[in-house]
Parts: sequence; structure tokens; C-alpha cells
Amino acid sequence: MLVYLIRRCLQSVVVLLVMSLIVFVGVYAVGNPIDILISPQADQAEREQAIHALGLDQPMWMQYFVFLRDALHGDLGHSFVHSTSALRLIFERMPATLELATVAMLFAIILGIPLGLWAGLKPESASGRTIMAGSILGFSLPTFWVGLMLIMVFSVMLGWLPSNGRGETVSLFGIPVSFLTLDGWRHLVLPATNLALFNLALMIRLTRAGTREALLQDYVKFARAKGLSNVRVIGVHVLRNILIPIVTVIGLQFGALIAFAIVTESVFAWPGMGKLLVDSINFLDRPVIVAYLLVIVTLFIVINLIVDLLYSALDPRVRLGESRS
Amino acid sequence: MSADPVAVSQGTAPATAPAAPLLAVLGLRTHFFTKAGVVKAVDDVSFTLAAGEVLGLVGESGSGKSMTGYSLMGLIDPPGRVVEGSIRLKGQELTTLPAEKMRALRGDRLAMIFQDPMMTLNPVLRIDHQMTEAILAHRDVGRAAALARAREALVRVGIASPDARLKAYPHQFSGGMRQRVAIAIALLNEPDVIIADEPTTALDVTIQGQILYEVQKLARETGTALIWITHDLSVIAGLADRIFVMYAGKIVEEGTTEDVIDHPAHPYTRGLLDSVPSRNPYGQRLKQIPGMTPSLIALPRGCAFRERCARADAMCEAMPETTAAPSGRAGHVMRCFHPLA
Repeated sequence: MLVYLIRRCLQSVVVLLVMSLIVFVGVYAVGNPIDILISPQADQAEREQAIHALGLDQPMWMQYFVFLRDALHGDLGHSFVHSTSALRLIFERMPATLELATVAMLFAIILGIPLGLWAGLKPESASGRTIMAGSILGFSLPTFWVGLMLIMVFSVMLGWLPSNGRGETVSLFGIPVSFLTLDGWRHLVLPATNLALFNLALMIRLTRAGTREALLQDYVKFARAKGLSNVRVIGVHVLRNILIPIVTVIGLQFGALIAFAIVTESVFAWPGMGKLLVDSINFLDRPVIVAYLLVIVTLFIVINLIVDLLYSALDPRVRLGESRS
Repeated sequence: MSADPVAVSQGTAPATAPAAPLLAVLGLRTHFFTKAGVVKAVDDVSFTLAAGEVLGLVGESGSGKSMTGYSLMGLIDPPGRVVEGSIRLKGQELTTLPAEKMRALRGDRLAMIFQDPMMTLNPVLRIDHQMTEAILAHRDVGRAAALARAREALVRVGIASPDARLKAYPHQFSGGMRQRVAIAIALLNEPDVIIADEPTTALDVTIQGQILYEVQKLARETGTALIWITHDLSVIAGLADRIFVMYAGKIVEEGTTEDVIDHPAHPYTRGLLDSVPSRNPYGQRLKQIPGMTPSLIALPRGCAFRERCARADAMCEAMPETTAAPSGRAGHVMRCFHPLA
């Protein structure tokens, strides 16, 4: 177990290193930030001075090594625009995105697994068919359009829920959160629903397929032959088996939700990391873009590790000692 | 179809069977309503089973023998259902029993063992959970008592170091061991009847022998009646008191093991016996029954076996009734117009 964790950490370092190089080169190719940052009226001396101050006069490999050296000290650079640490900017915005993504994922899990189970147990029933038809909508409707429709119906026409911002926040261990206040919840519901929709559809389909497959297995028939109640056959024998793929997908999708909540955050003016990234790309704020992508990669690595640990807890046949990529 | 097959089989029941049988099946029909048509998986099956008796149910794949077992357990899933007939366990009618009462009987009075031990145990649950839940579903005992009972059952089926084994997962067991665990689970509540659906088919021949011996011994010790479903007459020959041969959803021959093996009357039984490799002389081509089991959706009119039968003629286009076999032995009956003498 310890050996496994150490090996995973070493692998993660390699992934981060490669990722940082790709991102650095990619961002370098996008354009020269000086053209955006400095006013066109500035004279040549001012321009030279700004370029030197930002370290842009160095060759690219030098800039990368300076970045790497600082990164090893936990410093991913300073924003060109906000003149503050890039990491600090990201961590200021991160709680909002994490909160939104967590609530959206919980919506998807809490609704999706029971609905999928039902559709799997009663595939021929009207309710089962309705659930499956609804899940196709969840897959195919574009997020931004659903977001706009939600705002139109619930904020504009009905006036029930606010359309933007986080609402009232409370400090929890020094982090501002919305989910502890009623006003915060009112602000959370629409964007979280919007973000959850795709994953809800995914959970329903995955659970239904798993349930239908598990019901055909001999162990289910044997469990019923033992005279177990339906609740136990489905709740223990079926669910424990279908949770294995579901947990994998939840992990992957959670990372994706955090990384790509951008559309929903833009539609609902949610002050999260996604909006920060869009702004930073507009200003060619290189350090923030690089830092953001590295933070996301780290998140994915951590989530995947958690999924693998959960995996071994759920499926006794999986042993963590074996090397896996 | 048959006028009253049970009248025949009861009237000529072997002397060992008591007056009130443990299990009485009468005119059982289990049909599957598929899009392609109605599949008559079990079509007018009647038999009785005495306490402690071992019954062999023999037939090819698709003959309805497994579905007969599932029907007894009340485990027929849609689109199938028991459409007709009666199943009485100690006088209690099972076909009309409410679902919850049937559940209470399953695993308690009626237990079942399945063919593939690799598939019947849940891969993600520990053996102790899979065993104790079978007890806790029927008995109001504590977890500790259930665990003690599970341990005892493992010892009884010959599993060494039961305490360590209880904490293990199915993938840590061999095929034979898993089948022993499945048998231990079936025995947990000391049922009246165990239905064993080809429990040795997926096992090595050496393990087959051990399992056969163990089950026979355990059934004898506990007085449990056995219905042993198989396609292999050689497996059942040394085990069963009586043998029922099924073909296309019907029982085509029944009698004591001796009668059926030594004096088969139905050409199909003869064919099954001839296909056992050890009964064929060395160096000769293995005899086999020509053709395949007919599709249960489109059964030929009359005797379902006639298209594969060398003795069939125009007469066989009508369904033969269950009549006494030429052996003249009590309880030896068959459905054939042209039985072997």
C-alpha cells in the first residue's frame, strides 16, 4: 500500500512536469502579452522596461527554468494583470467552483442512481421509458442554452430564483461558502442544476445498464433462491456490483466538472475559476493560465488516486500492489 | 393431452413412497410469452417426491428440466410464468402463494444449487455475509449465532480452516470449493428439498465425484429430499432413487433408477444412455442422437421426439399418453407408442 502510494506520487510528478512544459510552450505560442498589457501611447523606453520587469526579455527556455525553479518553491508566478500571486488568485476563486461542482455532482448522484435503478428494474414500464427518454435530453441539450432557459423561466418569468452571483456567503474555516445560507442555496440551485444535467443523464444510463446486466447474473438468482428480500437483493447484491463502474465515472466527471464549469459560470456570472481562466486568456495573463492548468492537473491526479483507493475498497479482486498506469 | 398423468404415477408409485408425498407437482405448465411466440418450457409435468428421496431429472439442454426447478422455487421471471398446474409442498399450494410467503419458503424449506459455482457467489461480498444473510432472512437469531451456524455448515461440507474461509472472498476459492460453499448455503436452514441444477457439470471429474458423494451423504444425514437436474445419466445412476427423463417440456419416461437405466422404454432414454462414452465399446464411433432439441416455439405435432426417432411412424403424429412401460414394473411409465421391449 505504502509502496503503491509512493509510486503513484512519483508518477504524478512526471505528469506535472510534462504538463507544465506543454502548457508553457503552448501559451508562449498564443501571442505576446506586451501588446495587450502596455498602452499604445507608451514610448520605447517604457516598453523595454515593462518587458524586462515581466522577464519577457529572456529566451523561452530560460523563462521556463525560472518558472520551474520558482515552482519548486511553491511559487507559480505573478499575474501580469493583477500584480498578485497567480496561485492566490486561483485559490480565491476555487471554493466557488468546488462548491458548484460538488453540489452539481451530488444532484446527479442522488437523483441519477435511484432513477437509473428504477429504469433498470422496470425497463418496459412507462416510467422507465420516460426516464430514459429524459436522459437523452440531458445528454443532447447544450449547457449554455439550458442555462439561459433556466434563467428565463425561474428568474425572469416566475421570479423565484436569482440569476447570478453567489448570494450571501458564510465563512467556513476561513473559506466563503454559499451552501450554509438560504440565500446562498437560492443562488446555487439554478447553476448547479444546469451543471448537473449532463452527469444526471450519464448516471441514469450507467446505473440502468449495470442493473440490467447484474439482474441476469447467477449471483442475483442465487441470492433470490436464498429467500432474501428484494430490498437486500437489489440494495446489496446488485448495487455493490454496479457501484464499481459508477465510482470510476463519478471521479472522472467530477474533475471535468471543476475544469469545465466555465460555460455555466459564465451564464450565471458565478465567480469561480472558470471565469478567471476566460479573463486570463483574454489578457494573455500567462502565469495565471499556466498555474490554472497545473492546479487542474493536480486535481485530476488526486481524484484519480481517490477513485483507485475506493475501487480497491469496493472490489476485493482489485489489489493496489499491482502496477497500473 | 394426458388424461391424468398423476393418477398413473400415484397409482403405481414405488412401495417406498409414503401416502402423503413431501412435494406433489400436478400438471405444471410454465410458458414464456416472447415476441416470437409462446415457449412452452414446462408442459404438463407431474411428479411426487417423498421425504429423503433423491430424484434425477434428466434431459438435454432446453428440455425444460431447469425451468421445472425454477418453477418449484417460484423464480420464473417475466415474460415467463407458471400458467397452470399445482405445486404442493407438505400439502401447501405454492403456485397461488403470495410473493412474501413464497420468499419466506425459498432458502428455508426449498433450496437450490446452481450449475456454475464461479457465478453463483457474489464476487464483491465476503463469504460470511453471503452465508449469514441466508440465515437472517429466515431466522430471528443474532449475527453471532448465524455466524456460528455458517461456520458449522462449512465444516460439514468439508472445508478446512472455516474461520479464515468465512473472511475470504469468492475469488480466493477454487471452483470445487465454491460449489461446496454453495451447498453449505443451501443446507444452512435444513430445507425439506434441495433442487440441484447440474451442480457438478462445471467441475473437474475428480471434484464431481467428491461433490456427488458429499451431497448424497448430507442429504441422507439431514433427511433432505433432492431433485438432481442433469444431462448426464452416468452422474445420476449411482445417486438417484428414481429417474425422470424430460424432453421438450414433458416427462417422457419415469421409473426407478434400475428400471430406467437397465430397461429403458422410450427411444429417447435409450439414445441418452447410448451417448454415455463409457458405455460405448472402445474404438467404435460414439453413438449419438441425430438432430437437435426442437425449438420450443415450433414443436412438431404429436410426439416431439418423432423427427429424431428411428421408430417413429404416422401414429406418432398424435401425442402419446403416459402408459405403463413394457418392463411391467410398478411406477415405470413412459409416453411412447413404440417402446423398446
